[in-house]
Amino acid sequence: FWGAAAVSLQRSAHPLLCYVAHVTVGLAQNFLPEWTLLGDTSVLAGVYGPAEVKVSKEIFNKATLEVILRPKIGLPGVAEKSRERLIRNTCEAVVLGTLHPRTSITVVLQVISDAGSLLACCLNAACMALVDAGVPMRSLFCGVTCALDSDGTLMLDPTAKQEKEARAVLTFALDSVERKLLMSTTKGLYSDAELQQCLAAAQAASQHVFRFYRESLQRRYSKS
Amino acid sequence: REDGGRVQNCGTFGVLQEIFGSISTADGSALVKLGNTTVICGIKAEFAAPPTDAPDKGYVVPNVDLPPLCSSRFRSGPPGEEAQVASQFIADVIENSQIIQKEDLCISPGKLAWVLYCDLICLDYDGNILDACTFALLAALKNVQLPEVTISEETALAEVNLKKKSFLNIRTHPVATSFAVFDDTLLIVDPTGEEEHLATGTLTVVMDEEGKLCCLHKPGGSGLTGAKLQDCMSRAVTRHKEVKKLMDEVVKSMKPK
Repeated sequence: FWGAAAVSLQRSAHPLLCYVAHVTVGLAQNFLPEWTLLGDTSVLAGVYGPAEVKVSKEIFNKATLEVILRPKIGLPGVAEKSRERLIRNTCEAVVLGTLHPRTSITVVLQVISDAGSLLACCLNAACMALVDAGVPMRSLFCGVTCALDSDGTLMLDPTAKQEKEARAVLTFALDSVERKLLMSTTKGLYSDAELQQCLAAAQAASQHVFRFYRESLQRRYSKS
Repeated sequence: REDGGRVQNCGTFGVLQEIFGSISTADGSALVKLGNTTVICGIKAEFAAPPTDAPDKGYVVPNVDLPPLCSSRFRSGPPGEEAQVASQFIADVIENSQIIQKEDLCISPGKLAWVLYCDLICLDYDGNILDACTFALLAALKNVQLPEVTISEETALAEVNLKKKSFLNIRTHPVATSFAVFDDTLLIVDPTGEEEHLATGTLTVVMDEEGKLCCLHKPGGSGLTGAKLQDCMSRAVTRHKEVKKLMDEVVKSMKPK
């Protein structure tokens, strides 16, 4: 018994903190979902599981979660390993692994295009793919990126250019139940107060993301 | 080189010991013992051509090695995930905190620059590897002495003057504080191996002396509220003061060369 799902997630960022994205969902059998490439950040996620696990990797009381992140060009390196660990730990906190002991759940992420906020996009794609596969979870999670530029202005979901010029880039993963901080990774220097500001802004923005999840799932299930 | 060692009990944190200059063949080194966790950092400086897109910068290349010597959970062979994540973390800390200006490492723009290979090897793994690695790196960088290099006009080759050495210009002192999270209610500072294994999540905060955060590393795990984060920040500030004091003491106690 195995289930699989493929989700392609795109997003385009508006300066008014509005989150607009299109999603097309394809089934696993013919693993060729259509998606529209707009030159924005696009990540394709596939989930396989709960499936057979190697005896060396098996955990007796819960499912073994694996995340594989493939960059757009080149071989996966240390940076990808680090990101895989971040995404895996976030999923592990949310997925009810104890319902499927001695199995493996694999999330495969392929970067199609990168126009900034890549890690957040990967997190969103992973979450949608897990939902589509029907893996039991205790809450949903979403990724939000904040960038702080040199005069302290906050930007949500920065583009690649804004990220490069920013003084600090913070990526958070927030859960859907109480907007708690599940994962955070930051780049650059910033102060304590700025951190709290970014976190609050990210929590507000996550509402849009969760609403988008709900709408796209409604659309998917109303068709079939 | 003269060794200097100090033992200090950092309150609720594990006992922190530092020893400078333990490796005589390296250009800079430090051994840090945080409770039971032991990490040694050796820095070797070599020549290299600067990158084409930044001709006036040198390189700092960190590498964290977790050999089977330190714990039974690591196997010999290519670096495992834990080691790779730690290497990436140290690279991020160096980049974000601007601990040394890469321009200082340049000898001749476009032609020659220093590259510092920082090898961090864990000798005993009892949790909190990220904190120990950051301390070791900072201490080793303070210990590095680079010889003076001049490019001779006639031969266009580098001439190294081993008699004249100078310390690196360390601009900031990033200090890492790690916490183990248990079911988003309990936070334990400086977790041991056992505590880390049982924890539902970990959080590492890297702070410099002005209270600016270089890195907030929370790789998944149970959720945290904003108030709990605030708590962690204040602990990190106290920790920074203690570590800075210890480091200053050790540097002072070292006999000048």
